Amino acid sequence: MEFQSILSAASGGHGLAVNPWASVAYLVAGVLFILALRGLSSPATAQAGNRFGMAGMLIAVVTTLLTHAPATVDGALDTIGLVEILVAIGIGAVIGIVMARRIAMTAMPQLVAAFHSLVGLAAVAVAAAAYLNPQAFGIADAAGEIFTVSRIEMGLGIAIGAITFSGSVIAFLKLNGNMSGSPIMLPGRHIINLGTLAAIIGLVAYFTFDQSPWVFWTVTGLSFAIGFLLIIPIGGADMPVVVSMLNSYSGWAAAAMGFTLGNTAMIITGALVGSSGAILSYIMCRAMNRSFISVIAGGFGADAGPSDGGSKEQRPWKPGSAEDAAFLMSQADTVIIVPGYGMAVAQAQHALREMADQLKKEGVTVKYAIHPVAGRMPGHMNVLLAEANVPYDEVFELEDINGEFAQADVAFVIGANDVTNPSAKTDKTSPIYGMPVLDVEKAKTVLFVKRSMGGVGYAGVDNDVFYMDQTMMLLGDAKKMADDIVKALSGSGH
Amino acid sequence: MDFIAIFSIFVLACFVGYFVVWSVTPALHTPLMSVTNAISSVIIVGALIASAAAGSASSKWLGLAAVVMASINIFGGFAVTARMLAMYKKKER
Repeated sequence: MEFQSILSAASGGHGLAVNPWASVAYLVAGVLFILALRGLSSPATAQAGNRFGMAGMLIAVVTTLLTHAPATVDGALDTIGLVEILVAIGIGAVIGIVMARRIAMTAMPQLVAAFHSLVGLAAVAVAAAAYLNPQAFGIADAAGEIFTVSRIEMGLGIAIGAITFSGSVIAFLKLNGNMSGSPIMLPGRHIINLGTLAAIIGLVAYFTFDQSPWVFWTVTGLSFAIGFLLIIPIGGADMPVVVSMLNSYSGWAAAAMGFTLGNTAMIITGALVGSSGAILSYIMCRAMNRSFISVIAGGFGADAGPSDGGSKEQRPWKPGSAEDAAFLMSQADTVIIVPGYGMAVAQAQHALREMADQLKKEGVTVKYAIHPVAGRMPGHMNVLLAEANVPYDEVFELEDINGEFAQADVAFVIGANDVTNPSAKTDKTSPIYGMPVLDVEKAKTVLFVKRSMGGVGYAGVDNDVFYMDQTMMLLGDAKKMADDIVKALSGSGH
Repeated sequence: MDFIAIFSIFVLACFVGYFVVWSVTPALHTPLMSVTNAISSVIIVGALIASAAAGSASSKWLGLAAVVMASINIFGGFAVTARMLAMYKKKER
């Protein structure tokens, strides 16, 4: 019987490399995962890519169930064991699908952080299971002595997994607003963190000589702790980097477990996800002109600004109403909309799209300009605009649209601040000096939607755009302002 | 499989990942994160092996717990990616 022969081949017990067909199946799964990411090079191919990913996962799961079916002592199929596994998958499926359906698009950063934490915790659980029952994973000799190379892989797997978990929990709490987004600075945190990291590395090395439980569990505990400690001092607007970094870690955790099991699907996936997160972190850091180290060291924006606070409120600025804004934009040829995190907080994307529709009816060309770090995760603004039915070919990245502000009649800034600050180009003392910014000040008119004049952006620096002659400040909630402009536009149009 | 063979696959996969991810359009960076999230849950393979193995009850229950967590990620990750990708539309002409 085919199934029985596969089963008995696997019960020989040395990892997954026993059955050559299983190895081929895992390789196919790995290739399908590559295609899943490849599909994302364009919105037109992305959905097909996602289906490749699902197919790859199905192949990996079915292959594992066939080669490692739960067996009783005499080698027959353990039906109860199989049912338990299927129930576990079913529970996960229901929870996962309900979460995916219900989540608001503005809450996507939290959801991704929550998912990262689950990958981390699953990696910890698998590593712990492998430690407790090494023969089942084919990583120990008959006496229960775990192979040296497997100990390193396992130690790294549990450490990275635990850091991913606890770090993602903190990121989730900060993004979800359960915890203040401002950096929390512990005294001597750099010493504590470096000490903890050194202890983890030392203990993983020691684990190769001594596989006693205390070593394993101490590594686990310290890794959970360092995850918390690392993310606590990082502020809210640095979250795009943190979320990408944790994405990367979740990949390396999967890769480490892939080494333990000698599984190509896990290794390929881990490498893909690991490099993906690392590249995203790099792109985010570059978009803020900050080094990765300075983001991870944390504390940005916590102590900025009091020195120049005195002169802040005295400069004159020009207030405007929704009607003024509607009039100015309806007379324009080109309007470039610059959305930021404030748009997400106010859920203003739908009202904004209605505003754009009204303007298009009046013959105005409307484009959207997205800064790479607008929002709380890479691509956050693009998803929100897509949710509001903004066609993706009206949405442009910083380098593609920055030259067009000089020809634009109106730059409409809604919920963004630091990413439009021209002092990043001129003021060497500014904390955001060198960060690439959107050149909104070059437009003939700048309409700046902002809650109040009091607050400054995340970096704690004043924005010269507020005080320029061509700028009109539209103070109020972003959604209400966009709604009022829509009303004013539809009133004047008839 | 010996360590060097596996390590070679890992290094090559890192290069593949590097080139594939740089070709991802920035507009799809959020779906990229959610789909990488879903596929990194291929760690479910390890969880399934642990849950199916005889010999240690605690190992088995840890495995089953990991199966639940990884499944949440797999189903949730792919579903939310599909939901997002369905929203990206071209201009109607």
